[in-house]
Parts: sequence; structure tokens; C-alpha cells
Amino acid sequence: MAITLAQALNTALHDAMADDDRVVVFGEDVGTLGGVFRITDKLQQRFGEGRCFDTPLAESGIVGTAIGMALYGYKPVVEMQFDGFTYPAYEQIVSHLAKMRNRSRGTVQLPVVVRIPFGGGIGAVEHHSESPENYFAHTAGLKVVAPGTPADAYSLLRESIASPDPVIFFEPKRRYWLKEEADLPVRTEPIGRAVVRRQGTTATLYAYGPMVRTCLEAAQAAEAEGWDLEVVDLRSLNPLDTDTIVASAQKTGHALVVHEAQVFAGFGAEVAATVTERAFYSLEAPVLRVGGFDIPYPPAKLEEFFLPDVDRILDAVERSLAFS
Amino acid sequence: MGIDADPSDLLPSAEPVRLLDETGTLREVDGFPLDLKEDDHRALYRWMVLSRRVDRQAINLQRQGQLGVYASLLGQEAAQVGSAYVLAEQDWAFPSYREMGVALVRGVDPASTLHLFRGTWFADYDPHRHNFGLPSIPIGTQALHAAGYAMAAKLDGRDLVTVAYFGDGATSEGDPHEAMNFAAVYDAACVFFVQNNQYAISVPLSKQTKAPTIAHKAIGYGMPGYRVDGNDVLATCAVMRKAVDRARNGGGPSLVEAVTYRMESHTTADDAARYRTDEELAQWRRRDPIARFEAFLNAEGLLDDRLREEIDAEAERLATRMREAVYDAPHGDPMELFDHVYVDPPARFAEQRDLLRRELGEGGAPATPAGGEREAS
Ligand SMILES: Cc1ncc(C[n+]2csc(CCOP(=O)(O)OP(=O)(O)O)c2C)c(N)n1
Repeated sequence: MAITLAQALNTALHDAMADDDRVVVFGEDVGTLGGVFRITDKLQQRFGEGRCFDTPLAESGIVGTAIGMALYGYKPVVEMQFDGFTYPAYEQIVSHLAKMRNRSRGTVQLPVVVRIPFGGGIGAVEHHSESPENYFAHTAGLKVVAPGTPADAYSLLRESIASPDPVIFFEPKRRYWLKEEADLPVRTEPIGRAVVRRQGTTATLYAYGPMVRTCLEAAQAAEAEGWDLEVVDLRSLNPLDTDTIVASAQKTGHALVVHEAQVFAGFGAEVAATVTERAFYSLEAPVLRVGGFDIPYPPAKLEEFFLPDVDRILDAVERSLAFS
Repeated sequence: MGIDADPSDLLPSAEPVRLLDETGTLREVDGFPLDLKEDDHRALYRWMVLSRRVDRQAINLQRQGQLGVYASLLGQEAAQVGSAYVLAEQDWAFPSYREMGVALVRGVDPASTLHLFRGTWFADYDPHRHNFGLPSIPIGTQALHAAGYAMAAKLDGRDLVTVAYFGDGATSEGDPHEAMNFAAVYDAACVFFVQNNQYAISVPLSKQTKAPTIAHKAIGYGMPGYRVDGNDVLATCAVMRKAVDRARNGGGPSLVEAVTYRMESHTTADDAARYRTDEELAQWRRRDPIARFEAFLNAEGLLDDRLREEIDAEAERLATRMREAVYDAPHGDPMELFDHVYVDPPARFAEQRDLLRRELGEGGAPATPAGGEREAS
């Protein structure tokens, strides 16, 4: 059946709540309204106000109380309404959610999932299009997951909810309406495993979340140039599937990493370093990063000039190939 | 405050302060004197009519695909105009994203506030020229800026009051509470003006707080809390006058809760029918702030047909000007994206500028107007 990424997420929440009555969902507008993107649609109706509820407008409060509920034994799945509104919760995430297990020598587990719709491309007003994934990938103690397909959205969210470690779950909001065949419930590769979405020989594009689709489009367009691009969907930023990343770079000898976030100190730097450290002798060109410019996310009418697209990706591929 | 002061002095009145009843009849309230002249009455009416007209225009522009999204002030005209009207020129307002009416009173060109919603820029006015801060979308965050500005003015011994505008939902975030505490601790001349429009998107006030009222929260910071009928422009003026004068005279901050209602959906992207009833809406429609004030003005003989027509015509002109300024307004040169990030941009900007310039092609920035081609969020 063809389903959208949004439907897959909604179903994953539904199934997780049905399977385990310790799973609770809360956040701003997730109850009556079903979330501004309707990802939590009908969960309150189905499971009641005790298990899916609207909170006061306070992100620090949402994550902080999720930590308390997890200590008690619940499995909270909380929503940050938009990427740019995660920051009030940063303290709770970085200082507590990420660290409690380690501080307690492993006696404390915090099975909390923080869902964050992220990225641009929907013409939204400011603070609604950001890519803050690297703040969290940089934080030890968190898993950071970013699906790019409906099947992965379902499977990775189910696995995240089941995870005894806290997960920051980035949802590619501009792909919420992306439709693909998937029979739910579906189980895809586990967290920590990257997947080669398209086999190729000329160069490798590494991506996650919204850019997976863009890279597949770029690979298709590249055929006209006679380039056979490989696309690796990272799926999870932490843990990171070094083996799959390295194997692809060894195969193609040209590596490019693509994300919406600014390139400076972005996640691409981690991928570039990984490839350079482990596939150095296979490389025919330096690893290139393709991303947003090092500026605040632009206003909606200008976002197309900021966001990486097929042209920017292929331009970078050309620069990479020019080295060999 | 010491233990000997009576803390109950800080509590709001049992009922919101109201000077005009729903039929527009004036009843003065002890402790909240009205010091308005006839011209002030007409000015208040004019600002409210202008606010409603530009608000309507903005909604239409959004429906025509000209704005990505818009957050309407419909129903909140009295709260916005009344609160802004009592400010002196040197005072500052720190808005959220819904304060078109306050912007107008501060002399900001309404079209310039719409670039935020059109997505052509963020804020296209100089906050220092109008003493009107940049719109703040991250909820409640601007309250701290208002407190800090007032702290700075106090250090300099300046006669200046700041007003932090935020919503009922914002009272759940940490920042407004930190702001109220700072302002109180430093006796800063800052007034916290909450437009309690009953909802934060879909979440009603009852799920936001268990406090008897928002104004009751003030006592926790050692400042007075006032509660006012926010659909009564005269009451809003009177209560804000008291709070602003108090701050100006060194009495420190206070919290004003204006009880009002958001007549439109949260934004044009929202559908309020999913979470509130027609009956509730109808009930608030009867409390329309402009109709109520108009009834008062009519009864007092302060408004005749000629004046009404004049104001309506001015509102039309303003709306037309706004429409012309915004309709199909192109975004600027994309290269500008690099221009204002730093005073001293890092060296790598040169390379990134080159990349963008190449992407834009030989001709530089594309001249295509950006109107209406993109989906709203
Ligand atoms: C920190 C933060 N969290 C969430 C949001 C998303 N959001 C935008 S407006 C809004 C509700 C605000 O309600 P209120 O403070 O009552 O102001 P109103 O919109 O009613 O004027 C929410 C949750 C945001 N803008 N900022």
C-alpha cells in the first residue's frame, strides 16, 4: 500500500501505544489537534487523555517531565513542534537526558524519544525550517536518527521507542507527504545501519532525512552526464555506520556528503573525516561537503537559494570528478 | 517587599477592570482614572479601525498566495491599541508576531511588518526608529529583552518604560518568568502585557495554568497584577496608564492581563474549528471591541458620519498602500543573504558567495517576482 511518511509515523505511534501501555505521547497541540502536522492524529481519541496529552507551552518542561516519567518507568515520546523551538529544551536534553545513564553507572535508563520535525523547503516563516541535528549528534549519550522514507519512518520510530537509550528523532518535514509503497508494520534495517539506496560506481552521495530524496533525484539526473552515482542513506547519525560509509567510498573513490544544515562544523565534517581516516588510499578526490551556506536560515522566498538541490549536488560531483 | 507590606495589594481585582459595558456605557472605576480628551477618543477609534482594516487586508493577501502565513489580531484591537496608546515616544514595545496594531500605533509602516510573513525578509523596519522591537516568534523570549532594555535605561537614569507583549500560552515558558523576576529584582520600568486571547494554537488557557488568573502570577515576583477587559479600549488605556506611570515613577514593573479573544484561527495555516465551538465564537463576537467603543462614541456625540467616513477612507488607503507594497513584491538579491550576518564576515564567505553567484548564473540575481508560487506552511 502506498503511504505517506506522515502516515507511517502516525501508525508507528499508534502501534507502539497499542503494544505497550507504558508508551505515552505528549507535547504542544498533540492531543485535541493531533499535532500541527497531524502526526499524532487520533491518538488521544484512541488511547485517552492519560496517554496522549497537550502540555503547557514549554519545551524545557516537556523534555524535563519526560525524563521524570521515564525514571518512573514510562516511555515518553514527546514532540517539539518545530526544529527552531527545540532550543528551550536544550538544557534538559544535553545536561540530563544524555547524561543520566552515564552519571548513574548505568543504573538509570531514560527511554525517551524526542521527535523533531526538521529542515526547510516548505516556505515556512522563520524558526520553522532549521536543521539542528548536529547539536545533538555532538552530544554523547544520545542516539540521533533521521529517516528519509516512509518505511524507515515507521521502523526507526518503533525501534526508537523500544530503545532503552534516549533518541532524538528528526522527521524530514518536507517529506511528510512523500508517498511510497510500504506494508505496515514493516521492519527495516536497525538504527546504526546505513543503507545503499542506489548502487553506483562513479561517486558516492551520503545523505539523511530530506536530502535522501534530493540525492536520488540528482543521481537520476546524473545519468544524462554518464555518471553512475551511489546514494547512501545514513538513517542514523549516532551511531554512525562507518562500515557502509567506508565500503562505498572505497568502491567509488569519490565521496560527497549532502545536508541542508550549514556546512561549517556540520555533520558532513564527521562523514568527511570518517571517509578520510578509513578510506584515504581509495580516494581520488577530497571528500566534498554540499549543504546550506553558513548563514541563518533565510526567509522563505530565498530558501531555494540556500538549500542544496540537484544542481548544487551535480556541480560538486563535477568538481570531485575533476580531481581524477 | 518586606514582610510588613500587605501582599494582597499585589493581587488583581476579582473582575477584570471594565469601564465600558457591552452596550458601550461608561462607568468609571476607582483607582483607574481616565485622563483622555475627546481627541484621544477619536484617535483610539481611528487606530482600531485602521488595525482591523490592515489585518483584514493581510488575511486576504495570504489567501491570494501573497503571504506564506499570517497571524491575525482580529478581536484584539482594543488590547493592542489601548496598551500602545499610553506609551510615550521614548518608550519601547517588544512584540511577538501578532502585534500589527501595536506596530501601527508606534508608527511602523504595516507593509514592512508583512515581509516576515511574505518571506521576503524577516523584519523590514528599524526598531530604533519606532522603538518597536523585532517580531519574536520563539514564544515569550522577547520578555527578557524588554526587561533588559528597561534595566539599561535605569542605569542611565532615563525616563523610559518598556512593554513586553506576549500571549497566555507564553506564560508557560520559562523566559517570561525570568523576565518578570529580573524586572522586579532590579525595579526596572517594564510592563508585562499579556493578551490572554484564551488559546495557544489549540490549547485553551485551562490547560496552560491552574492559577486563578494570569494576573495572579505577579504576586510571585512581588509586583502588582492587573486584570483588564481587553475588549474595552478605555479600560485598557486606564489600566496601562496606571502600570506605565508606576514604572515611569520608579515604582517598578507590573503585569497586566488583558482578557480578550482571538477571533480568527491561530494563523491562516490553522483551522480553529477543530478545537473550539461556534457558540463560543458567537459569544465573543457580541463583545466586539470596536462595536462597543463605537456605541460609546455615538452616545457621547464624538463620532459623526463625516468622521467615520474619513477614517474608513483612510483605512482603505492604508490597506491599498499595503497591498501595493506587498503584492508580488520580489525578494531581494539572494547575495544579500551574506551581507548582514556579521560585521566581520569569516573568510569562507567569499567562497560561498562565489558558489551562489555561479549558481545564479551570469545575469546575477533572477528578477522573477516571488509572488504566490510557493505553498504556505
Ligand atoms: C518556543 C516556541 N515553541 C512553540 C512555538 C509554536 N507556537 C507558535 S505560536 C504558539 C502558541 C502561542 O500562544 P500564545 O502565547 O497564547 O500567543 P497567541 O499566538 O495566542 O497570540 C505556539 C505553540 C513557538 N513559536 N515557539
